[in-house]
Parts: sequence; C-alpha cells; structure tokens
Amino acid sequence: MRGIFLFSACVCIIAVAMICIFLFANGIPFFRKFSLWSFLTGQQWSPLREIFGIMPMIIGSFYITIGAVLLASPIGILTAVFMTYFSNEGINRFMKPSVALLAGIPSVVYGFFGMMLLVPLTKDLLNLSSGKCVLVASVLLAIMVLPTIIQTSAAALSAVPSNYYEGSLALGATHEYSVLHVMIPAARPGILSGVVLGIGRAIGETTAVIMVAGNQARMPQGITKGIRTLTVNIMMEMGYAADVHRDSLIATGVVLFVIVLCINSIFSYINRRRVIQ
Amino acid sequence: MKSIDKSNSIRKGSAPPHTGSIAFKFVTYLCAALTIFALASIVIYIFVQGIPNFFFYDESGALHFKSSLFDLKYTTDNVSMFHAILNTVYMTALALLISVPLGVFGGIYLAEYAKPDSKLVKVVRVTSETLAGLPSIIYGLFGMLFFVNAIGWGFSLLAGAFTLAIMVLPVILRQTEESLLSVPRSYREGSLALGAGKLRTTMRIVLPVATPGILAAVLLSIGRIVGETAALIYTSGIVAKVCVSPLDSGRTLAVHLYQLQQEGLHLGEAFAVAVVLLIVVVIMNAVSSKAAKKLSSKG
Amino acid sequence: MNDSMLKEKGSVAAEAFHVESSQNVKFRISNMDLHYGTFHALKNINMEVPEQMVTAFIGPSGCGKSTLLKSLNRMNDLIPECKITGEILLDGQNIYDPSTDVNLLRKRVGMVFQKPNPFPMSIYDNIAYGPRTHGIRSRAKLDEIVEKSLTDAALFEEVKDDLNKSAMSISGGQQQRLCIARCLAVEPDVILMDEPTSALDPISTSRIEDLVLDLKKQYTIIIVTHNMQQATRISDITAFFLLGDMIEMAPTANLFANPKDRRTENYITGRFG
Repeated sequence: MRGIFLFSACVCIIAVAMICIFLFANGIPFFRKFSLWSFLTGQQWSPLREIFGIMPMIIGSFYITIGAVLLASPIGILTAVFMTYFSNEGINRFMKPSVALLAGIPSVVYGFFGMMLLVPLTKDLLNLSSGKCVLVASVLLAIMVLPTIIQTSAAALSAVPSNYYEGSLALGATHEYSVLHVMIPAARPGILSGVVLGIGRAIGETTAVIMVAGNQARMPQGITKGIRTLTVNIMMEMGYAADVHRDSLIATGVVLFVIVLCINSIFSYINRRRVIQ
Repeated sequence: MKSIDKSNSIRKGSAPPHTGSIAFKFVTYLCAALTIFALASIVIYIFVQGIPNFFFYDESGALHFKSSLFDLKYTTDNVSMFHAILNTVYMTALALLISVPLGVFGGIYLAEYAKPDSKLVKVVRVTSETLAGLPSIIYGLFGMLFFVNAIGWGFSLLAGAFTLAIMVLPVILRQTEESLLSVPRSYREGSLALGAGKLRTTMRIVLPVATPGILAAVLLSIGRIVGETAALIYTSGIVAKVCVSPLDSGRTLAVHLYQLQQEGLHLGEAFAVAVVLLIVVVIMNAVSSKAAKKLSSKG
Repeated sequence: MNDSMLKEKGSVAAEAFHVESSQNVKFRISNMDLHYGTFHALKNINMEVPEQMVTAFIGPSGCGKSTLLKSLNRMNDLIPECKITGEILLDGQNIYDPSTDVNLLRKRVGMVFQKPNPFPMSIYDNIAYGPRTHGIRSRAKLDEIVEKSLTDAALFEEVKDDLNKSAMSISGGQQQRLCIARCLAVEPDVILMDEPTSALDPISTSRIEDLVLDLKKQYTIIIVTHNMQQATRISDITAFFLLGDMIEMAPTANLFANPKDRRTENYITGRFG
C-alpha cells in the first residue's frame, strides 16, 4: 500500500516532467528552423508567409498584466486593510463570501461580461471604432486578479503580531496611523507575494482576454487599441494551424511556460524570505 | 521637558486634527466599496440579461418557462444547454475519479510516510506549486499533444478529464497533506498503542478527521473544472452533443458559452448559460464554506 | 489559600492613602469599578498617586493590578467587554470623559509592556516613530530626540555606532530599554510599567531598576510587579491588591515593615502568592 501512496505522490513530478518533455520536444524542431532570437524579437507575425515574431505578443501580455496589477494592487490591498482593521464582523460576513465569489467566477463568464457590457460602454464613452482594447482588458483582468490580492493580503495582515499594534497605540498614535505605519509595513512580504501571484494569474489568462482585447497581432499602439497576448496567440490559431504554423504555436507555449516559471520562482523566493524573517 | 506641546490639556481639540488618519480610513472604505461594486455589476448584469431568456410569451400573452432550453438533443432551434450540462457532470466525475485518489494517496504519503526533511517531499512540493501556477492554455496544449495525439484518444471526454485532473491534482494534494498534518498526534498514538498498524490508523482514524478540509479542496476543484475553457477546447472538443462513451467528444457548459459567444447568433441563450454557471459557482462556494466551518468547529 | 487569610474584610478597611500636602496628586481615582462582562475585576478603587515618585502595585496573579494599570492610559478600551465606572482624574481632568482625546492621553501617559515589543524597524525609526506621529518632521530635531531618549534610557552607548540596525537584532534587555527610550521620546509625564523585568535576566533587571530610580526625578512612575523585593528596592509608595480590591497603600518602608492589614502581612510573608 505504501508503494501506491508513494507513486501517487510522485505523479506531480511525473506530470511536470511530461509537460516539460512534450512541450520542449515538440517545440525544439521549430527552433532548428527559426532562430530563437528572431522569434523572440521579431515584430511581425504572419504565419502564412512563415514569418514568426512574437515580440508584439510578449509586449501585449506584459502590457495588460502590468495594467491589471497596477489597478488591482492598491484597491485589493486597501480592501484587505479594510476587512482586517476597519470593518466589523457583520460586514465581513458579507465581504468574505463576496471576495470568494469573485474568485470563483469562470473566466468565460468574465470575458462574456466584458464583451457584452464593458466593450460597448468603452466604445461609446471614448468614441472608438472598437471597444476591444488594452484598457478594457486591463480593467477586466484587474477585477479577476482582485480576489487573489485581497485574500493573500488579508492573510498577511492578520498574521502580524498584535503587540506591534498595542505598542503603537500606547505611544499615542491613532488607529489609522498605526495600521498605515506599523501593521502594513510589517505585512509587506506577504502582500508582495500576493501581488506576484496576481501577476502570474494575469499573464496566464486566456479566455477572458480573447473576448475583449481585440487580438490584432501587431505591436501595441496605445491603450485604446487592441493587442494580442501570448496566451491568446496559442488559443486563437491552434484550431487550424498545420505543420510549421503549429510548431510556432507550441514554441509560443514554451516561451510562456518559461516566463511563468520565472514568475513562480520569484514568488517562492519572496515566501522563503518571509519565513526567515 | 515639555517641548512638543505646551498645553497640559487632554481634551479633544487640543491637538490638531489628524487629517491623514481620516483620509486613509476613507480610502480603505472606498476600495472595499469598489470591490463590491465590481462584483455587483457582474452578477446583476448577467442575471438581469440572462433570466428573461428562460421564459417566453405564447400567442395568448401568457408567460412560460422555456423548457426547450433543456432538451436532450441540441438543435439550432432550441439551442439547448442540456447536453453541455450532462457533459459537464460526466467530465467532472471523471476528472475527480482520477485526481482525488491520486491527490489523497499522495497527500497521505507526504504527511504520514515520508521523512520530514526528505528530498522527495521538497521536489514534490516544488513541482506541485509549479503545476498550480501554470496557465490553462498550457494544460490545453499539453493535453492535445499528449492525450489527444500521442496516446491517440482524439478529441474526447477522457482527454479532457485527464488534462483537468492534472490541473486540480496539486490543490487536492496540498490540502490533503495540510489537513492530515493538522490532525493531533495523540490520535495516531492512541491507535498505534492499541496495536493497530500504521495503514489502519491512517485510513480509519486520521483520514476521517481530515476529511472536511479535503472536501473543501475537492469542492474548490469542482469549481475550477466547471469553469474551465482553454484547457478543454483542444482536448475534449466543442461538439454539441451528449457524450455516451468517454471517447466521445463533447462540450461542457463553459465551452458551450464560449462557442455561443463566438458564433454570435444566440446571445440570449448565451446569457442563460452564464446564469447557470454563476448559480453553480454560488452553490459550490456556499457548500464549501459550510465544509470549512465544520473543519474549524471540529479542530 | 486558606479561607482565614481572606476573611478579614471589614476589620481594617482599605485605609485611604492621602498624598502629603507638599506633593501634587498626579492621578486621583474615585469609586472606580471595572467589569469584564460579568466578572467584577476591580472593586471600588479609591487612591491617589503622587507626582514624580515610584508607586508599585503588588499582589497575587489575577488580583487586578495590571487591569488597573491599563485603565490609566485607557488601553483597556481595546477590550470590548470591559466596562468602567467611577472617575480617574489626571491632573484634575477625567480621562474617561467623552471629551478626552485618548491619543493625547496616551502621549502623556506612556507604557512599557511586560514582553519587549519593538517594531520591526531600525532602532532609530523605533524611537522616532512617536515624535513623527505627533508631527515632528525635521531630521535634525528627530536626531536630537533619538539621542536624548537613548541616553536617558541608558542605551545610547551600546547602540550609537549603528542606529540603523534592526531593533529585532539586539538582546532582550536592550530591547526593553529601547522600548523605554521609545516611550520617553514622546515626552510623557507618567510612565506605566507592566512587570517590565519579568521576562529579563537578573543583570538586565538590575540595569532597568537603576534606570527607574533615575527616571523618577522627572517622571511619575507606576510599576506593576510580581517581585516584592523589586518593590522594596525601587518604589516609594506601594499598593497591595487582592481579588480586585485595593487592600492597603502606604509608603513602601511602612507597608513592608508594618502592614496594617492581616492579608497584606500574609502576602508579604509568603503565606500565599
């Protein structure tokens, strides 16, 4: 029986190994024909002419990820501060499930909401030819990432020892001053790791983005114009891609995989530092 | 000595008002309100647009429930979602059948059998964290390359279920390990002291106590499975029919919504699907938090 | 604890200790009761605490001495089930009056806790935190305050080489002196000390006791202590508490040499503790 348990524990290792193997094995043939450098820095994506440059998608991914995180972090952290230090049991009995609900809504529903409401709204308000743009994608992603940041920040804030708070009050500081200048700084590593987790989620999002971002495969041209991300690049064309084109999409997957691994290692590093402190 | 303030008074108003404090407090309230506003807009919009699509008026002006939305067979007339519901249930059951035993057994090994500082535990932890952070499209890509092509199942429910199983495995594994570790040592010692072996102790005494936590993780996983799209489009496919065998291809509710939106012809029915999905999430969350409460009251 | 040791209620009632006319009354507590929910933690406390002297609160665990201490800077406000009736006057102003600014109160009445609780910041920032809270921004002024506070707390020589070092990296005794320095930096009149040396080694303890004897020249100090020898070493006045009542309060030498109440005598001689 112990053997079965041991095998089960190893399945994760096996799965990761297999994903790595299959992605890289299917992606390597592509890099034998096309140089990695021109793939990463090429600004043109024309599969029919066998021109494969994913720089526009890399920038697109980072563009909306950074936008989403910039929006979601202050709102999320401060909401967590509200729930931990300014709210009461009654309000929290309503807020906690609400945040959990936000976290549980499927991406396709978010995307559908974005497409049916946010896109036409933006188009009318800003007088654009199409409402599918970086702005809408960032706002939508920000809402999707919000619960992640709220939940990790709230956990980090609750874990700060209360005697810091008492010490600050005893010096005559107000409740708000104590929270802002003692409690939040003390929770900084945990809050930071939550933000990094949010970045990871945002950069990996596909379904919601594909419905609101416009998906033009060209260098970003402004916040009111559309862009395409790495994730969308794969999802959009996989259905009909063949041969070299298909390999290029797998190669895109490899690049995405590496980027996400880097972000995850940063996350683990921050967490390890937190334990040492 | 008293250089900071000359007055001896401790009455309110003796010191200048702390505007920073008032402003900060206001900003936190604002952010919390924004969060609730975001949630409310989504839920209200979907429900307001979606619920009317479940009903229709007949010639005499009477209101009826549109049961055609739940016809067994999908046609472009009824745009039924029933096939998707059945496929979703089927898919969820299959994925759980694969991932729950693996996750629970794996968690048992990590918590009960492995040495605390073993290398294996560290590697498993790192790989499971990695898996947990991967984008769903990567899972979809892998699923297609491996289950659909390499193994040769083609677009099938089975390919989708296995792909989703790998996706939720880390969550179940980690939660099982944590729940088992939080069971007090005294339970194990009591059982072993009576002569029961390690296996019996684990399965009969420790595991039942850890069950509420594991259940919560399973419910969370169901939520993820039901909502998944990108990982399924290229593994279980988009065919609008009920899967009879696991090797059949078929769409789940989330994929169905995506397809309807893509086609752009039946947006009313699409809203109806969105409503169903939201209701499922709400129910899952409610049940999951009840399980979590049971865990904290037992612990 | 034998019943007879407790029975003497009414025999020698808590003699109201009055501050000599040559001294000022810093705190006047009148008819004060404190309830934690239904538990009556402090019963009809009446006392006067003199200015610029060290007053010690002694008594067995659970007698209410820490509770009373925490009422003097309204840290008990943090506990929702806590209800206080009666009057506590600081220099004639009722600290529980609704018109009292509680932050100003805590600025004037500082507190040192049982377990040292420096903030996770540098030594400098720990000390500068209080003044910054109350509006002091100038770097030069803060430098001056930090140095003076550390000197008054007998810590400056030991840490002056690196004030940016984390406060968490110094020893327990040093951390407690840091907390005292932090308290001094906001220039209080009163320093409340809740068993400040119970978590420290004997050498750190004696350094802090020397510090207290020095500080009383400028500040009013009230110290809660479990250690009767400590009370005899450093306090001028001592008040003995038992089960929520203040039994006796007198100049320290008198209380220990000649206790008026049987219960005080029993506690001091170690019949219970």
